[in-house]
This record gives sequence, structure tokens and C-alpha cells, in this order.
Amino acid sequence: MDKTNAIISVRNLVKNYADFKAVQGISFDVYENEIFGLLGPNGAGKTTTLEIIETLRDKTSGEIIVDGLSVDEQPNEIKRIIGVQLQAAGYYPNLNLVELMELFAGLYGVDVKPMEMLEKVNLQDKAKAKYKALSGGQKQRFSIATTLLNSPKIIFLDEPTTGLDPQARRNLWDLIIAIRNSGTTVVITTHYMDEAEQLCDRVAFVERGEIIALDTPDNLIDQLLSRGFERKKEVKKANLEDVFINLTGKEWREG
Amino acid sequence: MNKPYNHTKATLALAKASFRSITRSPSAVVFTLAFPLIFILVFGFLGGGGIKVDLAIAPGSDLNNPVIKALEQTTVVKLIKDRDTKEIDQQLEKGTLAGVIEVRKNSVPQPAYLANVKYSSASIDKGNILKSILTNLMYTLNSKELKPAVAEVRESTVHGRTYRTIDFILPGQLGFSLLSTGVFGTAFVFFSLRQTLVIKRFFATPVSRSSIILGECLARIGFALLGAIFIILVGHFFFHFTLIHGTVTVLNMIVLSIIGLIVFMGFGFVVSGIAKSESTIPPISNIITLPQFLLSGTFFSIDNFPSWLQPISRALPLTYLNDAMRQVAFEGAGLWDVKQQILIMVIWGIGIYVLAVKVFKWE
Repeated sequence: MDKTNAIISVRNLVKNYADFKAVQGISFDVYENEIFGLLGPNGAGKTTTLEIIETLRDKTSGEIIVDGLSVDEQPNEIKRIIGVQLQAAGYYPNLNLVELMELFAGLYGVDVKPMEMLEKVNLQDKAKAKYKALSGGQKQRFSIATTLLNSPKIIFLDEPTTGLDPQARRNLWDLIIAIRNSGTTVVITTHYMDEAEQLCDRVAFVERGEIIALDTPDNLIDQLLSRGFERKKEVKKANLEDVFINLTGKEWREG
Repeated sequence: MNKPYNHTKATLALAKASFRSITRSPSAVVFTLAFPLIFILVFGFLGGGGIKVDLAIAPGSDLNNPVIKALEQTTVVKLIKDRDTKEIDQQLEKGTLAGVIEVRKNSVPQPAYLANVKYSSASIDKGNILKSILTNLMYTLNSKELKPAVAEVRESTVHGRTYRTIDFILPGQLGFSLLSTGVFGTAFVFFSLRQTLVIKRFFATPVSRSSIILGECLARIGFALLGAIFIILVGHFFFHFTLIHGTVTVLNMIVLSIIGLIVFMGFGFVVSGIAKSESTIPPISNIITLPQFLLSGTFFSIDNFPSWLQPISRALPLTYLNDAMRQVAFEGAGLWDVKQQILIMVIWGIGIYVLAVKVFKWE
């Protein structure tokens, strides 16, 4: 991995709403082919930051370059090289997954076989199902499939694992890692620190519209320990989730 | 990646998706096809018979005489036998019978028969029709053997096109179908696409806003036109709806349908913009569609409305669509002959789209 090659660079990003400053001068780089995590409590400004980079929202000030393209001047070129999974997006009503894939292929202006895309996320059996009829994990996998249609250089995933059971979550991690291994840069937001620790090459902690820490998960943990932090309870070599997965099996199920 | 982005492809992909979605949406199918067809069926069957006058034969009346024979030949008169006097009197009071007739042999040779007729004041219109039928009939019977002393009437009928109820009802129903598809369909689809963040997801793709609007409109126009053609064909082949110049008339009607639909979709855009929640869409849409349904000559000719109501009727766009449709279908007018109606619809269209651009919301 070439750590010096920044594919996204955000400089002094500010977003003010009428009565509230959502983002207050954020700067960070996302390197090519890494999984970059934006972590922080609800309302910290993670989604706003993502949506500004995705060209879905205007910024108040600052500069953003995505793969050499400026969000101010070339938003449409940026849209063609990114894939976006929104936190709560819906899909066109009354259509099945294949038809939705055809629609998105048209919207991105690409020729792809819908079934091949569905196979990538293991939804080929649900080809004729409606989006509404899918389980939580299936919905997220379908959303991710729609972001891959245009073979994007970067995909943005906004809380993709929220509300999923442990099996579906682990399954989604495998999918995200596979996408990264195929050469795509991934920017992800999450509330789950175990997820960030397992998945992300680097993470940024966002709090009240500012970045308060940015490094690899390992370095951040080491820094904390070097400041003399100790857990109150000695950690065992397994946790309750390991017990859950061990008891219920790792194979993912749909429900 | 250097290949330029294809907006046409995106628009068509959206139109295709939207069309599929519409055909699977029960409300669209009901409004566009089922409602108008039900009205056409009802009026198609109602309108077949023309006027009927019920005339009872009093019990004890002679049945074997020229008067009753002649009445039996008259299509307008429906003779009702086997009723007792009490029943007949009740029905005369209610006006369900137009009259009762009793024919007796006369005791003297000239005239041979006496006919007593009783009318009902509860059914004056039909009573008058009956009266003139009887007078006419008696005159014919009595003067059979005579040469007229003053003048002889020689009757003939010009064979024109029969103007059936369907010729009035179908264009009205077609107009109403277009109105409800345009207003309800457009309002719901843009509101719900916005609400469920479908449009937001679209915005994360390179598709342009005009492609989204155009794609949706193409799908809706396509669906409404298929509905219109279906309605016209059912009307023509099952109820003898008049299409003077055949296919040309149908094509003219389709052009009018497109103009009307575009205007009505403008109302839909406005409704989707001003509605605060999904549940406010039907009442707002009804405020737009119901007055036009009632006042634009969908069921009755607006000439029958009281004079204070007529200016309101003449302000509504559906009035002009209905009017133009009827002229094209029954009178064989070309599009140029209904240019005034088209012009008024275009003026409505410009006005409504100016408003739509102001109130329409993307998110």
C-alpha cells in the first residue's frame, strides 16, 4: 500500500447551518486503497462531512479534492468515480433487485449484467425479490452492490452495519475487505469500535465538528496505554460476541 | 472513464423503471383504467334504450282491438297488463306509471270503441309524451279510410349520425382519467421519492435533474396514453363510440391527451411541492380534481348549469380538453379547429409550470 498517495484530501472544511455549526474546520487525507473510518457520536458531523465529499451537500468553506477533482468545479466527474451508500436511502418502489440494478446501470451510464452484480454480494437467489422484502443484512449488501456498478475508485459507506446481527455484520466485513482487496478505497462511518479496530487501516475521531484524533487503531491504543490507561477489569482472551458466534455458528443466515 | 456520460440512456432507464413501477401500482391502474371503464360501462348500458313510457291497461279492458294493437307496435310505450286497480292507482300517484288506459266496445256502432285514459300529475313529462302518442295514434286509426280535407302530412327522417350517450360520456371519462393520473400520480411519486430518499440516492449518481423529471414524465405519459387508447377502443368496439375519421381521429385525440396530461402533471408537481405529509396529498389533489370532475362537463353538458356557475366551468382546463375531445371525436374536427381550446390549455400549462418551478422541492 502506498501510504503517501492521498486520493481524497479535505482542507479546513466548514459547514454552518442556520443555527448550528456542523463541521468546524476539518482537515484530513484518505490514502488510496485503504479503509478509512470516521468515528464519533451521533451529530458529531460524520454524515455531513461524507455528504459534502459525495457532492450531495454544499459546504460553507474549505477545499476538497477527490482523485484530483475539485468538488466545486467537477462534481459530476466525481460522481462518476465514487459509489455512495446512504444511511437511510430507499429504492424505487415496486421493482425487484434485477430491475433496480438495470435502473442504476442506466443512471451511471454503464453496461453491466445485473445478475453478476448481485452475485458479488451473494444476492443472486433474491433477484426477483423486492427491496422491501429483504432482511437488514441483505438490504445493506444490495445497497453496496449499487455502489459498485460503476467500478468506482472510492466507495462511501455510512453506518452500513447498524442494526445487523453479529453474523450479518461479520459477513459485511468480509465483503468490505474483499472490495478493498480488489483495489477500491473505502470510507466508512460506524459506532462500533470493535468493527473499526478490525476493519479500518486508519480512523479519525470526530467530535462536535472537529477531528480530535487521527491514526491507525493500533497507534491510538498504544498512545492511550502510554498515558497510563488501564482497563478496570482484566480482559479475557474471548468476549461475549465470540461466545455468541461460537454457539450460533458463523454461517450467515437471513431473517 | 473518458467516455462522455449519456443523459439519454439515464433518462430512458428511469422512464423504464418508472413505467414498470406504475403498472404494478394498484392505485394508478384503478384511477387510469378501472374508474373510467366502470363509468363508461354504466352509461353505455343506460344510454341504449331512449325514453320509455309505462302505460297500464286497466283490468277488465278489452284487449282485442285496434287501439291496443297499435300501442303494442309503439316502441316508446311499454304496456303493463295484469295489475289490479289498487296497484295502478298507487303507481299513478308515485308517477312510476305515466297513465292507465281502458278500451271498451261502444254500444252504438260509431265509433266502434271508447278509450278512457287517465294521466298522472306526478309524471307530467311522460304524460305529455303519452298524450301526443295517443292523439297521433287515434288520428291515424280514425282517418285510415279518409282522404284528408285540408292537407296531408308526409313525414320523412334525415339519417344523421346517432349521437349516443357514449359519445358524450367517453371523452369526459377520458379527460378525467388523464386528470387523475396527472395530478395524483405525479404528486405521489415525487413526494414519496423525495421522502424515501430515492431521489437523494439518484443525486449520488451522475444523472441530471432534468433527466429525472423527463424520465418520470415519459413513463406517466406512456402509461396514460395506453390507458386512453384502451378506453377509446373499448368504447368504440363495445358501445359504438363514434370515431369519425377512424385512426386519424384517434391520433388527434392522443395529441389532445398529451397536451392535457402535461398541464395536469403541472398540478401534480405543485401538489408534491406544497404537501407537508403523504396524508395531505389526497385532499389537496381532490381540491384540484373534484371541481373539474363535476363542473367541466364530464357527465353533463355545462350548458345545463345555472348561468352563475358557467363562468367557473369555463375557467377550468378540463372543460376545454373535454370540449376539444368531443369536437374531434364526434364532429370530426381537426386539431386546428380546436385551436382555441388548445390555446387555453397551453395558457393554463404555462401558468401552472411557473408556479411548479417556485414550489417544487427536491429534498
